[in-house]
Amino acid sequence: MEFLSFLIKRALWSVLVLVGLSMVIFVIARVVPGDPARMALGPRATPEQVAMMQSELGLDRPIVEQYGLFIQGLTRGDLGKSLLTERPVTDDIRETFAATFELVLCTMLLAMGFGVPLGMIAAYWKDQWPDTAVRFFAIFAAVTPSFFLALLLQILAGYVLHLLPTTGRLPNSMEFEASWTGLLLIDSVIAGRLDVLGEALRHLLLPSIALAAATMGQMARLTRASMIDVSRQDYIEAARAFGIPEWLRVTKYMLRPSFVPPLTIMGLEFASLIGGAFVVEMVFAWPGMAAYGIRTILQKDLNAVMGVVMVSGVFFVLVNLAIDVLVGFVDPRVRIRGRR
Amino acid sequence: MSALLSVRDLSVEFTTYGQTAQVLQNVSLDVPAHAQIALVGESGSGKTVTMKAIMGLLRQPPARITGGQIFYDGRDLLTLADRDRVALRGTAMSMVFQDPMSSLNPVFTIADQMGTILKYADRRLGRVRNARDRMARVHEVLAQVRMREPERVSASYPIMLSGGMRQRVLIAMALLSEPALLIADEPGTALDVTTQAQILRLLKDLVTQRGLALLMITHNLGVVRETSSYVYVMNKGRVVEQAETATLFANPQSDYTKSLIAAVPRLTGGTRYGTVTP
Repeated sequence: MEFLSFLIKRALWSVLVLVGLSMVIFVIARVVPGDPARMALGPRATPEQVAMMQSELGLDRPIVEQYGLFIQGLTRGDLGKSLLTERPVTDDIRETFAATFELVLCTMLLAMGFGVPLGMIAAYWKDQWPDTAVRFFAIFAAVTPSFFLALLLQILAGYVLHLLPTTGRLPNSMEFEASWTGLLLIDSVIAGRLDVLGEALRHLLLPSIALAAATMGQMARLTRASMIDVSRQDYIEAARAFGIPEWLRVTKYMLRPSFVPPLTIMGLEFASLIGGAFVVEMVFAWPGMAAYGIRTILQKDLNAVMGVVMVSGVFFVLVNLAIDVLVGFVDPRVRIRGRR
Repeated sequence: MSALLSVRDLSVEFTTYGQTAQVLQNVSLDVPAHAQIALVGESGSGKTVTMKAIMGLLRQPPARITGGQIFYDGRDLLTLADRDRVALRGTAMSMVFQDPMSSLNPVFTIADQMGTILKYADRRLGRVRNARDRMARVHEVLAQVRMREPERVSASYPIMLSGGMRQRVLIAMALLSEPALLIADEPGTALDVTTQAQILRLLKDLVTQRGLALLMITHNLGVVRETSSYVYVMNKGRVVEQAETATLFANPQSDYTKSLIAAVPRLTGGTRYGTVTP
């Protein structure tokens, strides 16, 4: 029960954090230099036209009133219109978020799927050649900038070897409307279009690898350190004395107690990639929210910026709550005692 | 005498950071079937290494067995294939661990941990038992170590149990497959004296009832007197004295044993604390 009240407390705090976030970003977006109306209309617009646009956007009103209007819209699910695309911001975000979410989900699966086993291998053969190899590889993966890796993969796998497509989510020739969840991997299965599923996977592979490398390196290093720590515990020696086979000791008795640090970091990475994937999205022309966010910031497209920031914030909070639940599931001590 | 466990001239050395140390020198001891034997010595005397060598738990390297034999039931454990060696652990010989706070895996329930031990012990012994029968056996053994609510205990995580309960779970784990030999590594030292006394009494009762052989490893002469009929005294990697427990206390031969006995605090007779000169 303590764990439940801990979760509820966390959720309530999250709401406060989100309110604070909205205020800070709202003010910053309006204080930084550059006039959205001027930027949208271009250099040749007359001062009168600019003034008209400003009042149309409500920028001539006091900032508190502007914030009030923003919150009013938010409660109706209306984030206003984007100056950049001239469409409602909610529509833009709905489409781009799905693309980014799909990309980041694949990224995390790759990072966990390779990072954790690599860390286990390194821990098991500590100070022997597999360990050295994994550590070298992990450092290398962690320090390579994602844009560099993205370009490298694009050139190598795309242009030289012609193995995989290098831009977008689907080939231009392919007609498909992802109308249920927006996630191609799910909607294509619902629609029974396995050809779309295959293409979507092929398109996802390169950008996911480019994004996953750094996190995977970190996962491997964390898992290794954590496993080595646990392997020295008395209960592992006891399991040996009670005749538990070695493979089971490593995959169950050692892995589960050492899984909390990698899991926690994975949650943070997952949430921060939603906004941080823009470099890779740009390189691969991925129609995602991170790239959309950057373009709207450069344009001082205020409504869209607020929308992107709020969605990233909500996502961050939700992912971390989910991780808290998972951590409680993995380690009963957290569930029983409450966390910190 | 033909013993269940017989250690003959066991020598072990450790190499760490390029330095080699002789940790055991020609250690010999016998544990006859159904007998309760104690191995006593201070920290660093080599009693834990002896125990680990018997259980096959020495990490090699850094340890190296340089000589001797360990016979169990007539077979030399040191020449046995790894597979056969592992097969004996938890089935023919079991260990009761010292520290109840750190010897149970914190993220699995007692039922899970005990069930898994039983599952692999069954497999090695060629016994067939389904999951439900395994749980029945787990509850049965928990009741035998005087747990009042075996079902509730087995559904618990270690953190939900007291130190004394955890120690009893560790004893139950060792008894799951009815081994003939129990090796106890100072059980209860991590607990308060009252609980420790209860644990030792429980252990002694269980061993006597089942006719198990017990090798009690301890630094505590009080424990020796309570739990064993024959005792080996170790110092600096050698057995320096061995005798019937009563004889040892009445008429210690070696200077080391005399100083150990003199070091036991007394309630009467003024300040007769001896000085330990190892």
